[in-house]
Formats: sequence, structure tokens, C-alpha cells
Amino acid sequence: MKMFNTRQQQIIGFLLVAIALAALPWVAGMLGNSWVRILNIALLYVMLALGLNIVVGFAGLLDLGYVAFYAVGAYVYGLLASPHLTDNFEAIAALFPGGLHLSIWVLIPLSAMVAAFFGVLLGGPTLRLRGDYLAIVTLGFGEIIRLFLNNLNAPLNITNGPQGINMIEPVSIAGLRFSRTVDLFGLDVPALHLYYYLFLALTLIIIGVCMRLQQSRIGRAWTAIRDDETAAKAMGINTRNMKLLAFALGASFGGVAGAMFSAFQGFVSPESFGLMESIIVLCMVVLGGMGHIPGVILGALLLAGFPEMLRQVVTPVQEFLFGAVLVDAEIIRSLIYGLTMVLAMLYRPQGLWPQGKSKAARKQVPT
Amino acid sequence: MDIFAQQIINGLVLGSIYALVALGYTMVYGVLGLINFAHGEVVMVGAMVAFSAITFFMGVFPEAPGWVLFLVGVLCAVPVCMLVSFTIERFAYRPLRNAPRLAPLISAIGVSIILQTLAMIIWGRNYLIFPSTLPTDPIILHTFAPDPLADYERTVSITPVQILIVAVSAVLMFALAFMVNKSRLGKAMRATSENPQFAGLMGINANSIIAATFVIGAALAGVAGVMVAANYSVAHFYMGFLPGLKAFTAAVLGGIGNIYGAMLGGLLLGIVESLGAGYLGQLTGGFLGSHYQDIFAFAVLILVLTLRPSGLLGERVSDRA
Repeated sequence: MKMFNTRQQQIIGFLLVAIALAALPWVAGMLGNSWVRILNIALLYVMLALGLNIVVGFAGLLDLGYVAFYAVGAYVYGLLASPHLTDNFEAIAALFPGGLHLSIWVLIPLSAMVAAFFGVLLGGPTLRLRGDYLAIVTLGFGEIIRLFLNNLNAPLNITNGPQGINMIEPVSIAGLRFSRTVDLFGLDVPALHLYYYLFLALTLIIIGVCMRLQQSRIGRAWTAIRDDETAAKAMGINTRNMKLLAFALGASFGGVAGAMFSAFQGFVSPESFGLMESIIVLCMVVLGGMGHIPGVILGALLLAGFPEMLRQVVTPVQEFLFGAVLVDAEIIRSLIYGLTMVLAMLYRPQGLWPQGKSKAARKQVPT
Repeated sequence: MDIFAQQIINGLVLGSIYALVALGYTMVYGVLGLINFAHGEVVMVGAMVAFSAITFFMGVFPEAPGWVLFLVGVLCAVPVCMLVSFTIERFAYRPLRNAPRLAPLISAIGVSIILQTLAMIIWGRNYLIFPSTLPTDPIILHTFAPDPLADYERTVSITPVQILIVAVSAVLMFALAFMVNKSRLGKAMRATSENPQFAGLMGINANSIIAATFVIGAALAGVAGVMVAANYSVAHFYMGFLPGLKAFTAAVLGGIGNIYGAMLGGLLLGIVESLGAGYLGQLTGGFLGSHYQDIFAFAVLILVLTLRPSGLLGERVSDRA
């Protein structure tokens, strides 16, 4: 006897997932606050991986400089929510006598828009390139952005150079400042948990947008371009606009993640946006399954969470076995990333959880 | 004028190194159509092995003359680089030869990370001071009349290390050109790059030719690595990344797949970069300084790929990639 019909099962499943997600930081918090922090970072990586997935997975454009958009978002937030600009430019100080305190309702869309602008800026000149050429050019673009962030402190101090931007204000929504434990309906909620819920909300929005996009006309156009650009063009798809759109949308998600990173850390510097970061995000997309949203999320969670767990485990184990730390957890982490990429390509090029055949494709009579 | 002449010399030195590394990229691209992303790391391995060899040899024979030490460094570095490159080709690229185009590239990035990490484990993460085995005092070639506006000595100089770099690169490039054009192996390489199936029908073993291409490229990269380290007197596990990227740019600039293109592209890129670094401050009124030197390579890369994707001496390739 069936207790619930399909619709009810769906609702119950949905509720269970929602409760699990809401309770997660409290469970992790019992193990220690560092685990909630890991959760938050993992959510940031999920956002990044989903953004990159639009460019690499949906449209098939290999982007090795994706971290540039993350950096742009982070610096937009950092500059507009810290005393840096008013301290260094009198004109801006005169405009905002009370200091720059923009609301996140302005900052998040703004970060997304500026990052999208940079996405188009990168996409424009590289439209004609394919595959590995595009990869190298985007890699160069990422390095250029980092070089500028590193050096734009003289003669005009815009980015504060290698020192980065300090004293970035935490998020505050409707008078609720995410900087200390707050009392919410009689429950003491630490700031870390508040960030978790904010990141979770943003991630869910991004997942929703991605899923809708994939099924839309735009998503199908991207798939067509990925599978055969010439054929897509022949079918009347405006490949130029579609590619630019992919770059812009992918970049805007990166920008949002960057802004959140900035608010969460309270500090940004060019060091956080190296090539390795781009590669890590690419690894997540590749390992999870390019173009498949649940796969990409899985990849991001695995690769963001696993090394952190390793960090917790490797050091004590080594101390137990050898009496000293011989190999740094950081080194093992990058070794794992490298090995993941090679082994994934050799043995499972489609990723851990690849896209199944679509309903339409399954219906087709085999010829 | 003084800055101009000095930067041309610096550019030639830098350019010779880029050219040597670019040859590796271009030869592999010629036969396989693959960008060997890990090539820059082979340069790093060369420098690191030479560092260890020279340090060890200095400890054993403290009296050995500098050029012997340098030669020992090169002789140790080159076989290791060849072996590393051979292994990479065998295990990370060969199984993916018929895979979609992105697969070998991602695998190559993975290999590059693995090599960097291994180097970090073996040699540590600090900058190593590369022993200066050759005299580093600049030889002054020309002294300009003093200028009341310039507060520095207006001279054009070159160090013995730099002379060695240019000379060795020139010799190696001629040797490579001779080998590719005249020898049996070179003929087989050209045949494979033109049409692998037909080359196979003519009795050429494509696998061994491809392996040979990787190994020869790695030997040049190893020499280049020792020279980079000797020129800047440092070695570091991350030192292969930028020269690798720039050498790739040089290969694209010259027309990827064409060995003369790689040499020309390397020298040109070196000169453009040096002149750019020398004059950028003046051109932008002091807004951008010489620390933006690295931007030139990327700017050149993007310009070449958009305006003339075939490069200076190559055929059109952007659609094949």
C-alpha cells in the first residue's frame, strides 16, 4: 500500500532536504566553528563552479581565467564597503561624508554587473578562438587582472597593491549586522551561520537560474554551439551573442561569489586570485561532470570539502606515524588536484556524475 | 638611445630563451596539434636539477672552474628533462590521443600541477639562490657622453652569462634546424606532422617519432631552464609558468607548428617586452611602470590571435584548435 502519492512524496522530500540544509550548520557547529566556515567556503565554490559551468559545460568554451571575475566581484564589494576609497580620494570622501556604506542590495547586483562587463570584455576579442587557444588567452586575461590588482597602488592608490583592502564591512540586511552572534526569535545565531544561510540562498538562486537557463532556448543554443559551432550557425543561432551571453552570465555568478567572499573574509588581496584558483574551479566542473548541474555541485562540494578534511586528518596522522609533519597538507591538496585532473581525463572523462541522455534523445528510435 | 640599445640587448637575451622553449611547443604542436601545457614545468625541472647538480659538484670539487660547473649542471639537467617529458607523453598524453580536444589539455594542466608540487616537495617552496658559476660583472660595450638630464651612467653592457645564453641558443637552433631538414629523424618528423596516416604507411612509427619530438623539445627546455636560472640567479618551483606561457605566445606569434617561426617569435617577443618595459613609464606619463612587463606577452598573444591567427610565418590554425 502506498502511503503518499507522487506529488506528496515530492513535497515531503523537498521538506526533508530543506530541514537538512537548515540544520546543517548547527550539526557542523557542534564539531567546531571551523566546520561551518568550511561549509561556507564550499558554498562559495559551488557558486563559482556553477558559473564556470555555464561557460565550459554549457557553451563548451574552456576558460582558464575564471578567477578574474571572482576577483572583480570581490574588489567591487571591497572598494565600495570599506574606508579605502574615502581615505585615499578626497573627492569621494566629500561625496560621502559618512563613509561608503552601500547596502548589499546595491552591492551584489553591482558586483555581478561589473563582472559581467569584464566577461564581455574578455569574450569580445576571443570570439573566433576555439579550444586550447581560448584556454591560453583566458589564462592570460586572468593573469593581467591579477597584475593590475597587484600594481594599481601607485601613482593612484586604487587597489592598495599586494597589501589588499582591509576593513571591509560585513553584510548587513535590514539592520541585521553579520558580524557577531545575533538574537533571532529567541535563538542565538552566530554570524557564521547567518553567512551560511545567505550563501545558501544565493546558491539556490543560482542553481534555479542555471536549471531554467539550461532548458531554455538560450541553453539549447549553447549546447548546439558546444557540439558543433558551424552547424549551430547554419541553424540560425547568433553564435556571437550567445557566446558573449555565456561569458557575461558565467562571469556575473563569479562576481556574486567574489562579493560574498569579500564580505565574509573582511579582507581581499590579489593573492587569493591566482591561477591555481581558476584551475581548482575547473577541476570541480570537470570532475563533477561538465554541463550537468547536480554533477558540478557534487564536484564542488567534494573538492572543496575533501582537502579541508585532509587538513584535519593528515597532520595528526603524520605526527602519530613519524612524530613530525613531513608533508604539508597544502602540498597534498595540490597533488590531489593535479592527480584528479589527469586520472579523471584518463579513466572517466565524462566526470563522476555526467548528464544522462535527455528525454527527447531517449525517445528517438535508434537508426 | 642608451636605454634603447641596452633594452635591445636584454631583449635578445630574453628572446633567445623564449625561442628555445617555444621550439618545444611548436614541434609538439606540429606533430600532434596539442599544446603541451606542462612544457613550462620542464624548464623548471631543468633549472632545479642543475641547481642540485652544481651545488653537489661544488661541494665535492670546490676548485672546479665555473664553466665546468655550468656544463655539469646542463649535462645533468638535460637527461632528467628528457626523461620527465618522455614519461609525461607516455602516460598523460598518449592514452588521450583520440579523445576530445579538451581532454589532453586538462590532463596537461594536471601534469603541470603535479610537477610543480613534486618540485615543491623535493626542493622546498623558497627561492633558491642559483650558484653563479660564470662571471657576472657586466662588460661595458659602449659609453655614451654624459647627459646633464640623466642621473645615471649611460652605458650599454652585457654580462658573460648573457653572451653564453645568446651563443648557446643560436648553436642549438641551428643544430635543430639542421636535424629537422637533413637527418632521417627530421624527415620522419616532417612527414608525421604533414600526414600521420600516410607517414605510417611509409613505415614510420608515429609513436616513436612523437616521443622523440617530446624528448628533443624537453632537452631544449632543460638548457633554457639552466640559462634562465643562471641569468636571474634564482630557481623556484613556480619559475616555469611565466616563461612557458611567454614561449607559447612566441610560438603563436611566429606561427605555431613552424620552427623558424618559433625562433623569430621568441626573439621578437623578447625585444618587444624589453623595449616595452623600458619605455612604458615614459609613454604613460609614469602611470604604468616596468612592473607591467608581463602584460606585453599577453597583449601580443591576444592581438596576434585576433588579427593574424596564423602568426607571422604559419598557416591559418585558429579553427583547428
